[in-house]
Amino acid sequence: MDETTRKNQIWILVIVAFLSLVSIVTYMMNEYYIYLTAYLWFGFVYGMSLQYGRFCFSSAFRDLFAVGVPRMAVGIMIAMVLFGIVSAFVTAVGMSTFHAAPYGVHSVIAGLIFGVGMVLTGGCASGSLYKAGEGNGVAYLVILSISVTQAILADVGGWTNKLVPQSWHDSAVAKGLPATIDAGDGWMDQFLAGHVWDLPTTTYAEIVKLSNPYLAAYVGNVLVGIVLPAALILLGIYLIWVRKSFLHKRRKEGLPSEGLAVHLAGYWGMIAASRRTAIAGLVLGIAAGLHMFVMKGLQVKFGVQNFGELMQRMGITFGLSAKGTVFDPGYWYVTTQEAQWVGWVFNKLGWDNMHNIYFGLNNGIPNPMINPADWMSIALIGGAAVMALAHNEFKWKAPTLELAMWAVIGGALMGIGSRLGLGCNVGAFFVRVSQGDASGWLFGIGMIGGAYLGVRFFNWYTDRKMAKEMAACEL
Amino acid sequence: MAMKFEKKGEGAFLLDVTGYVCPHPQLYTKKALEKMQTGNTLEIVFDNPSSGESIASMCDTTGDEITEKTTNGGKYKWTVRKAERA
Repeated sequence: MDETTRKNQIWILVIVAFLSLVSIVTYMMNEYYIYLTAYLWFGFVYGMSLQYGRFCFSSAFRDLFAVGVPRMAVGIMIAMVLFGIVSAFVTAVGMSTFHAAPYGVHSVIAGLIFGVGMVLTGGCASGSLYKAGEGNGVAYLVILSISVTQAILADVGGWTNKLVPQSWHDSAVAKGLPATIDAGDGWMDQFLAGHVWDLPTTTYAEIVKLSNPYLAAYVGNVLVGIVLPAALILLGIYLIWVRKSFLHKRRKEGLPSEGLAVHLAGYWGMIAASRRTAIAGLVLGIAAGLHMFVMKGLQVKFGVQNFGELMQRMGITFGLSAKGTVFDPGYWYVTTQEAQWVGWVFNKLGWDNMHNIYFGLNNGIPNPMINPADWMSIALIGGAAVMALAHNEFKWKAPTLELAMWAVIGGALMGIGSRLGLGCNVGAFFVRVSQGDASGWLFGIGMIGGAYLGVRFFNWYTDRKMAKEMAACEL
Repeated sequence: MAMKFEKKGEGAFLLDVTGYVCPHPQLYTKKALEKMQTGNTLEIVFDNPSSGESIASMCDTTGDEITEKTTNGGKYKWTVRKAERA
């Protein structure tokens, strides 16, 4: 065993021991913290899977548009189908923690802004977390930029109030929210209470109108909501990006290159091309479904619907929202806990940011040390680091000025997109599509459009740099 | 460190994208291979693991052959021979 491998193994032990210690110590403080431990270890599994499969939602459509590589788009479709199959059962037996989000044009616009941002940064919200676990300094800047942008956007008022349509303002004020929440002040509050909350919510299970809960979940949410759109998207990818080179290869090898069977072989070959990505998609899909089941089980065990209730039982009141809740999605999520820790820091620095809907009414700003969702993200970074260390792929990399600039700009766009879309590539797309929520594909369509625009921009940008380098090479 | 592309010898080129994250390494690789002649080789130096996955998939699609792969401390050095395009 060489010195690097030995050091890596020590670091793996340190990370696993630290996360185990968090679980043990918090459980010794109070058994309610098993809730935090559940989030933590699912986060760890997500991190390991993401790093193993280089599973980044950003690369799904970016690499397709930029370099014609379909592997990640395939991986995501596999993960969503499996997540959908597991969670359809969870939904049918009444153990789902998921609630559909309002759908509308805002979902597409949010996805578009998020999509451009994730191309500029080089990673989506979850991808940046796992890349942070690989020691990538750019990813830390991206996370910081997403977090700060969201925390500011959630509370910013002043001149932004002038950008709010009167109808949103009137509708927000008429909601009759608790006195501590000033819904008539702040762009985001009026956007949420005055616009988004007035929009409808639905799932494909509701659309197909099947009374049997299993049929509704499997036919509506899985077949109509995931499998058919995913199969169509993959067919489009095959026809546009894969078919030509697949047939070229077959002709070179003297194999038949016409007929349905040939194209089916090409379609399947595309799906099976990246084993690592497919395995990661499989594990992520199953783990995400189980996560939902486990969180609901703990809620039933403790007789609560939100971790905020457990905090109150433990006598902790700082950071609770006006409803006595904290952010507790009950499934994989990324961006809100990122906003929360910066919101907590801002609050400690004297910013009174608990009069808005995002922190003050819904999510709170609990101490990050006891915030279950925060530990999910920290453990995700840890899980990715363990996997990277195990494969000798961990490397600390300081960001260059050029990449730091893209990280900050792109991260800010991702932060804005996340708040407008009520989630990121995970919360607003992966989870919602997998649960049959109609808003999921709308965010996804926007995200694909944003990825296309981002790639067009980067193509222009890198063309200029490459031309300069190539000028001296007689190419 | 800035991106570097240079001629190493007759029909052999070097692309150093160390320090770059996605999508830069795969974009620069694609642009370099597009400009090169069939049979030319490109040595790519990078340290972003996910770019490796994309570059390998890209070569699989185009038919370009990865003739050498080395990894040392999170730094990758791959050599790609350009194939005839479809």
